[in-house]
Amino acid sequence: MQISRDILTRSYRAMRTIRDFEERLHVEFATGEIPGFVHLYCGEEASGVGVCAHLSDTDTIASTHRGHGHCIAKGVAVDGMMAEIYGRQTGVCRGKGGSMHIADLSLGMLGANGIVGGGPPLICGAALSHKLLKDNGVAVAFYGDGASNEGSTLESLNLATVWQLPAVFVVEDNGYGEATGASYACAGTQKDRAAGFGMPYFECDGTDFFAVYETAGEAIAHARSGKGPAMLHVHLSRWYGHFEGDAMTYRAEGEVAKERAEHDCLVNFRKHVTEISLLEASALDDIDAAVKSEIDAAVAAAKVAPLPEEADLMRDVYVSY
Amino acid sequence: MSRKSFRQAINEALRQEMRRDPRVILMGEDVAGGRGGTSGVKDAWGGVLGVTKGLLTEFGEDRVLDTPITEASYIGAAAGAAATGLRPVAELMFVDFVGCCLDQIMNQAAKFRYMFGGKARTPLVIRAMYGAGFNAAAQHSQALYPLFTHIPGLKVVVPSSPYEAKGLLIEAIRDDDPVIFLENKVMYDDEEDVPDEPYTIPFGEANLTREGDDVTIVAFGRMVNLANQAADRLEKDGISCTVIDPRTTSPLDTGTILDCVADTGRLVIVDESSPRCNLATDVAALVAEEAFDALKAPIRRVVPPHTPVPFATVLENLYMPSVEKIEAAVRSVAAYRVKEEA
Ligand SMILES: Cc1ncc(C[n+]2csc(CCOP(=O)(O)OP(=O)(O)O)c2C)c(N)n1
Ligand SMILES: [Mg+2]
Repeated sequence: MQISRDILTRSYRAMRTIRDFEERLHVEFATGEIPGFVHLYCGEEASGVGVCAHLSDTDTIASTHRGHGHCIAKGVAVDGMMAEIYGRQTGVCRGKGGSMHIADLSLGMLGANGIVGGGPPLICGAALSHKLLKDNGVAVAFYGDGASNEGSTLESLNLATVWQLPAVFVVEDNGYGEATGASYACAGTQKDRAAGFGMPYFECDGTDFFAVYETAGEAIAHARSGKGPAMLHVHLSRWYGHFEGDAMTYRAEGEVAKERAEHDCLVNFRKHVTEISLLEASALDDIDAAVKSEIDAAVAAAKVAPLPEEADLMRDVYVSY
Repeated sequence: MSRKSFRQAINEALRQEMRRDPRVILMGEDVAGGRGGTSGVKDAWGGVLGVTKGLLTEFGEDRVLDTPITEASYIGAAAGAAATGLRPVAELMFVDFVGCCLDQIMNQAAKFRYMFGGKARTPLVIRAMYGAGFNAAAQHSQALYPLFTHIPGLKVVVPSSPYEAKGLLIEAIRDDDPVIFLENKVMYDDEEDVPDEPYTIPFGEANLTREGDDVTIVAFGRMVNLANQAADRLEKDGISCTVIDPRTTSPLDTGTILDCVADTGRLVIVDESSPRCNLATDVAALVAEEAFDALKAPIRRVVPPHTPVPFATVLENLYMPSVEKIEAAVRSVAAYRVKEEA
């Protein structure tokens, strides 16, 4: 598999940005300064980035409550995201949505989503737009193992097949929906579900960027070629609680530490690309440094950014009324 | 009698009813938690905010059922089980998720009795949390009790304190109709004295948290507390209020509301749900129709604007009814004088 230097650099940068963004939020959330709920994507970075590496602004994605990673992978500005999470007027959603609702439709980012299973039906609609408007776009739904059981998700698998839509259903299987294991909550297998709806099934190790990149490439190429939808089952692990504040007593001691030690997508990426001389360690170090200052700046700016004003309350309920 | 939080009062009501009646079962997402987990720890959550903690240990996995994230199927299953001999209490977590299962509530459970010519009983309780004030934004903050109140066949409960919550939940579990039991999410840590033994509070009987001569305030759920705080402040300025907690929006104790308005002639309604077709409009219509002659001032509604619930704290505070807004509304109706005709 050939991957251009440009894609490698951009992907590493995106994964590093997600990691630092989330690790920083973990720290900042503990200070009590961040309002609302925050669900972190740490440990899952390679999935969003490996998939979105095949997409452009004219392709659409829908995300979940755990949406920061998908947003960054799709190119949403980090400073606007941070300001949003802090509830500032300069946020990408002007402080109206917060962590769970970050969206940028100009980039084909149809939103994080507070409703589990909210995304897949929307992605059928986005895929219909791509199909009827003939823009060669594909639409990708990211959703969790928990969300894979929602009726809305299963109905979408059916609809996308019936309408032969250019859609990809990416199941990000981290083994848990909140405090309940997928081994309890998911009957059958994702593979059999895809087969049941007659769509091709792909799966990969979601902590390995190269595996995701390659497999997602096939799934997306299938959808883009007009042959109908595909499912991509990504196996990964979340490193923090379901939301900040969750003590994760339902997970075995050492489970997360082991994941961090053995399946860190950034560490493994660096090892791989430097070993076979695709990128130099110094280039990666430069990215690390640049991302660190970018995140520092985003947090500093968010903390002092203006709050929404009274007039913002009534603004944007409708286009016209 | 001992001090209990809103959370503990609900937990105790569930526990006592499950002990009393083996047909009472509990289901919902992570009402216990930990199933399929790798640590083997059971009851890992006991509900997303710990309200059902400990019930798994006492009643076991047959009666405390963790569900997949599939609201349509488990809420529907609860309705079906209720119609066939069990008495399920299903937890929907955030009431906003009713969007995923409204059919099973609205077209199924609510309709059985009437549609089947009186042959069905559906002793179902759906618990869910509602309300803004948590920076939970548009999809996790709604106060949807008007939606349920609108549907014939459902009973709707909005408890205003730990004492109220325990008595009303036990009543809900013993009731033979589908009941939507809505818990304000910012009240779980509120405490007051709550009897240790089981007791019930009947539906459709309002509670007067205070009686006064000048203005009647009707408030729902958490808004009762805000109304009482406003009334405390107003008292100091010589404006005395009656505060009515209707406890249930369906059935609604219209008699008490009309009696109080007949006494004071002035009415303020406090409702944190979206302002169009909400409980405030419902009560205002009732009073305009039935107590027109008693009114000495226009009815005032203290309600949020017609917008989704915003995320940022500044906006959420502007959105919500507040003690200050209630106080201002009461002052304006207290000061109102009908113009004499020339
Ligand atoms: C319709 C609906 N039901 C329940 C919830 C509460 N909830 C939020 S995230 C979540 C777990 C989702 O699990 P999964 O889809 O596996 O995603 P993960 O959190 O693992 O990324 C639940 C139950 C919700 N937000 N929406
Ligand atoms: Mg999951």
